[in-house]
Amino acid sequence: MSQQWIYTIVYIAWLAGAACFVLGLHRMNSPATARDGNRLSAAGMAVAVIATLIYLISREGGMSGIALAIIVVGFAIGGGGGLYTARSVKMTAMPQLVSLFNAVGGGAAALVAIEDFIRRNDSGTAALDTTVFVVLGALIGSVTFTGSLIAGGKLQGLIAGKSIHVPGGQFVTIGIAAVAVLGTAALILGSAGAVAIPSGATLGLLALVVLAGLIFGVTMVLPIGGADMPVVISLLNSLTGTAAAMAGFVLGNPVLIIAGALVGAAGAILTKLMADAMNRSIMNIMIGGFGGGDDAIDAIAGAGGSVREIGADDVAIQLAYAQHVIIVPGYGLAVAQAQHAVRELGELLESRGVDVKYAIHPVAGRMPGHMNVLLAEANVPYPQLKEMEEINPEFDRCDVALVIGANDVTNPAARRPGSPVSGMPILDVDHAKSIVVIKRSMGRGYAGIDNELYSDPKTGMLFADAKDGLAALTAAVKAL
Amino acid sequence: MSDQLLTSLAIFTLAILVGFEVISKVPTTLHTPLMSGANSIHGIVLVGAMIIAAEANNPFGYLLAFIAMVFGAMNVVGGYVVTDRMLQMFRKKPTAAKAGTEGATDAPGA
Repeated sequence: MSQQWIYTIVYIAWLAGAACFVLGLHRMNSPATARDGNRLSAAGMAVAVIATLIYLISREGGMSGIALAIIVVGFAIGGGGGLYTARSVKMTAMPQLVSLFNAVGGGAAALVAIEDFIRRNDSGTAALDTTVFVVLGALIGSVTFTGSLIAGGKLQGLIAGKSIHVPGGQFVTIGIAAVAVLGTAALILGSAGAVAIPSGATLGLLALVVLAGLIFGVTMVLPIGGADMPVVISLLNSLTGTAAAMAGFVLGNPVLIIAGALVGAAGAILTKLMADAMNRSIMNIMIGGFGGGDDAIDAIAGAGGSVREIGADDVAIQLAYAQHVIIVPGYGLAVAQAQHAVRELGELLESRGVDVKYAIHPVAGRMPGHMNVLLAEANVPYPQLKEMEEINPEFDRCDVALVIGANDVTNPAARRPGSPVSGMPILDVDHAKSIVVIKRSMGRGYAGIDNELYSDPKTGMLFADAKDGLAALTAAVKAL
Repeated sequence: MSDQLLTSLAIFTLAILVGFEVISKVPTTLHTPLMSGANSIHGIVLVGAMIIAAEANNPFGYLLAFIAMVFGAMNVVGGYVVTDRMLQMFRKKPTAAKAGTEGATDAPGA
């Protein structure tokens, strides 16, 4: 077969791979077809990778042994590491793993751009057409690499989840951003011939841009509180897609451009949806907004005076003799890894004839839909998980609402203007006949305000870690 | 600008629009798997890493290509496997009218 024929077939295989990504994402619309969709997307990836290998081996001059070794050994190490971590990670640690995979993806995009830039610079074939995309790819990839590592580190607890403010930090961030933008502009203008850059200085400028990108990723994410990390990861995911598309422009490769643009769009939409659900603008979050998530857990009891404390035995009686119970799981449940404990209690109550449902706020947990994943992993029957719009009217008929580690999403203050949570959609927990809140302390949510629900006369507070509190409740119900 | 670049820009623009259309229809429940699935797709940069591995012509280039290969492969393989693990949990279909009773009988002790 001639070179041209092989390249045509490879190109069509790349397009087929890209089509699989689009169709695969489309099939992720519904829980019934989502898994097939992901597999279709994986198949598209396999086709694209194999086609690339065939293209590289078959083209004129073939591929050197060292290049083949780099591809095979690199794939074995990276793929093996990815497979192992993806299989062994606990589902509660999954958001930070996604963040890590996003970081390495951004890093790979930056490296592809950097290598391409250096090679073209050495051979003197740098042109404006490619320089723009090479420099943007290197810059964006660098930002997402360190940004995602910091975001994952925060979720993992390696870096304090709370908002970290460096004195004058904003000026440092702005300064770094300015260096990156000016360096990028200089490189682009240099390649257009508008400004004269000494040939030796070009690589130094690129190194400066990459370094500024790496530092910017750190200073951008550090001041953002842990509870906002999902939005940040989603934004960085979108940026990595864009960086991959930039690499596609440089290499003139359609599958990189299509897949990168798809992910760029996906991440942008998802980021906006997440921010909307919290009634916050993306800008507000990126500037550092208010407070940091994990602070809530460390805060000391005693903030609100008029709360009523309740014991596990009393709660057990209420639950066991109720007809309708709605469980409201939140961030605290995810942190305490109490999803199995809550499923056990739910099953026990169901076996006593109690109707049990789970109210899932759009931003419960650490990512939208994260709570569904955690509860599904613990084998909570899917039909018992109710989304906010569906469950809210049912609180009026509910005997006991059991709130586990959820705070701001239940605060009735959101219905009034003038509070930091105003306008945020909330679960109508206060409409229930009786409310029980399992919480470690009177600490505040990341909005940093008191929750009026806790001082409601209908509310009893059970101060405990979510896992321990649920275990105590289960034991108490069994003893009845 | 070259023809190839203009064609690439057209592809880029259309792919962004397709992305918006495909993704805006996904329900909240699936947002985390979707994010993870989209995360795996940008692992396509692995193809870029393979191409620069073949183009590289000096030790520093080889080193960059090797790291890019490791990173890209990790993104692709790990991303798809972890997404599949998440989606495995949604195997019970909520569509059927009798889904409620199905779910209840699945649970031991019900």
